[in-house]
Amino acid sequence: MKANSEVLQEKKGNLLQSVTQKLGPFLGLLILVIFVSVMNPSFLEPLNILNLLRQVSINALIAFGMTFVILTGGIDLSVGAILALSSALTAGMIVSGIDPMLAILIGALLGAIFGAVNGLLITKGKMAPFIATLATMTLFRGLTLVYTEGNPITGLGDNILFQLFGRGYFLGIPVPAVTMIVTFIVLYILLHKTPFGRQTYAIGGNEKAALISGIKVPRVKVLIYSLSGFLAALAGAILTSRLNSAQPTAGESYELDAIAAVVLGGTSLSGGKGRIFGTMIGVLIIGVLNNGLNLLGVSSFYQQVVKGIVIIIAVLLDRKKSA
Amino acid sequence: MHITMQGIYKAFGTNQVLTGVDFELKEGEVHALMGENGAGKSTMMNVLTGLHSLDQGQIFVDGKETYFKNPKEAEQAGITFIHQELNIWPEMSVLDNMFIGKEPKKAFGLVDSAKMKRLAEEQFKRLDVSLPFDKEAGSCSVGEQQMIEIAKALMTKAKVIIMDEPTAALTEREIQKLFEVIASLKKEGVSIVYISHRMEEIFAICDRITVMRDGKTVDTKPIPETSFEVVVRKMVGRELKDRFPKRNSKPGEIVLEVKNLTGKAFRDVSFSVCSGEIVGVSGLMGAGRTEIMRGIFGLDSIESGDVILNGEKVTIKNANQAVNHGIGFITEDRKDEGLVLDFSIKDNIALPSLYSFAPKGIIKEKDEKEFVDMLIKRLTVKTESAETRVGDLSGGNQQKVVIAKWIGIGPKVLILDEPTRGVDVGAKREIYQLMNELTDRGVAIIMVSSELPEVLGMSDRILVVHEGKIAGELPKETATQENIMTLATGGQ
Repeated sequence: MKANSEVLQEKKGNLLQSVTQKLGPFLGLLILVIFVSVMNPSFLEPLNILNLLRQVSINALIAFGMTFVILTGGIDLSVGAILALSSALTAGMIVSGIDPMLAILIGALLGAIFGAVNGLLITKGKMAPFIATLATMTLFRGLTLVYTEGNPITGLGDNILFQLFGRGYFLGIPVPAVTMIVTFIVLYILLHKTPFGRQTYAIGGNEKAALISGIKVPRVKVLIYSLSGFLAALAGAILTSRLNSAQPTAGESYELDAIAAVVLGGTSLSGGKGRIFGTMIGVLIIGVLNNGLNLLGVSSFYQQVVKGIVIIIAVLLDRKKSA
Repeated sequence: MHITMQGIYKAFGTNQVLTGVDFELKEGEVHALMGENGAGKSTMMNVLTGLHSLDQGQIFVDGKETYFKNPKEAEQAGITFIHQELNIWPEMSVLDNMFIGKEPKKAFGLVDSAKMKRLAEEQFKRLDVSLPFDKEAGSCSVGEQQMIEIAKALMTKAKVIIMDEPTAALTEREIQKLFEVIASLKKEGVSIVYISHRMEEIFAICDRITVMRDGKTVDTKPIPETSFEVVVRKMVGRELKDRFPKRNSKPGEIVLEVKNLTGKAFRDVSFSVCSGEIVGVSGLMGAGRTEIMRGIFGLDSIESGDVILNGEKVTIKNANQAVNHGIGFITEDRKDEGLVLDFSIKDNIALPSLYSFAPKGIIKEKDEKEFVDMLIKRLTVKTESAETRVGDLSGGNQQKVVIAKWIGIGPKVLILDEPTRGVDVGAKREIYQLMNELTDRGVAIIMVSSELPEVLGMSDRILVVHEGKIAGELPKETATQENIMTLATGGQ
């Protein structure tokens, strides 16, 4: 038997470890915020903060879906292309006279269907997620160009709800930020409080054991890729509303920003470990970097350099902690 | 080679694993090392071979104080360790696996595969193994992988070979071959450290035995001067009356029946299990025992035949349907198939029963915790909390978690594939007792096992599988090791 004090000490050690593990990304964000606001106090002005929240909402929605995908040990490279294709189809529907809000809903469901295609290729087709979504990324991007003939779709009318969706405010908060927060709460509950969430972790932790435990692994995976597609399409609707048009090249390389946010949030790319709260923090880190570097007048060329370095440092720190 | 270890201390963090171990290995002896899981056997050998540094104590090799910096250095000095966790690269061929890191080279640094084949052939012949060299190692059975590891160790021309549970996955025939090899190694002056939980084997082949408990060596004795009972008592530090608890079986109605089941690795398999009955399934490794169970459970597809549950024909196409029919499956490889190692005990146990805690979609954590705590208590899983990571538990405790998880679904039929593999004597008995409790409550148990004493000690009826067919059925009263082996090897 271990002495009581030893056990206590061990517990303390574990507690400290789990606190730094959970709060590591959060501390990083805090340091970043302090740094930027010392360099330029206008960063903390309410208007800028609200602006920041709106800016990050699109990446946030995509990264939330990506979190589920990565937790199962997968990856979804097609989200940017799904965003573009569903946006173009939604805009097309609006131009042809369908009620804009209905069009957004149909667009989001189409996004879910595109995601389901990924899920089916991976489960029924037994393709590696990287390959399957790499292929559909190209496919969906191509379909977008075919459908739009390479031109932006404009003339989306003046429906007030549609305009509010990307540009409006609700109780002083940008509507996209509200959408992001509500989605976060729903997904947080889904991931941490329901059997579905537990099964997501189990698949990433040990897929064989999950299968033998009676989990319908293929079904859960298809649902997760559908969720990812659905959220990408939702992000696309926000973008379409904000730009009042659908661009055929919309969402290019968004998948990489989303993956970066998930990784910054401490989720393991090998699956099974991570939290959606971390992803939210990761999204904010990227957002503060973009916003802060702009405020500080850093050229966009250097911004990329800084972002790359931040990701490397974050992952290295994470390694060290878990070693 | 003569090795003496004196007063060895080793701690990992605050966890003191070795507290003053003494150990002596003479030249040309087979020295058994026994102790419950966590007693410190593997750690002691890892200290010897330099994987772990020691905190205190002395190691003498041939009279000279020697400390190896790493296992490679130990291997160069002639000490080879065959670990329980196999070091197999599953995507590489059998041959490449045998020479990883020490491939013979010819001109321009190219790999000399002709030489590799020759050297490997020699060892395979010695061990009576017939495996194609170009086969992917990952597609070999666990037993075959073990034989690859043993062959690999023999090639190093070691003077000391440490074997950690070498026979856990081997068939009787492979074990016999291994024993012959051990005997001939001994004649050549090679010393063997033999770590095992299997008492019969130790008494059959070892010269001396050292028993460890709680990080100390309790006793070292020549084999002829000791007995099963004495060793077990020293190991657990208490009396353990019998290895197998008494069974009062009262088989009831037939619960599960399979008729003419045919799949890829088995054909025309028919048998039944009654409620409250334990049916033992014996046979050689690769005979198709596990495959039959996987077929019944819906993991592998069935070509023809029927599965009848409580008198009704059922179709089980995946594990989910099997679980919904009340069938639980404790697989032979608990780390790979039974557990999510990074999950807590609680999350693992709750996994197949999640929906029963979430009638409205949200998991009621209080219900879940009560349920899990009850099972942890009932199965005497040794842990401080249900939140402990399963990967940090000992083999015996992990196995209890797997069993708890399936008891949680309230099974009608429980399939146990090698239920006590790599589990220490004390925990083994607890698992047997649990099987008795379950059958008392009317659960039907199918137990696949390669340990003949276990099959004989626990089964009410014994099925013997040979080359994918049921070779025979033996009632408990007339079954012996001999007639089981005769059937298992194709005799009449």
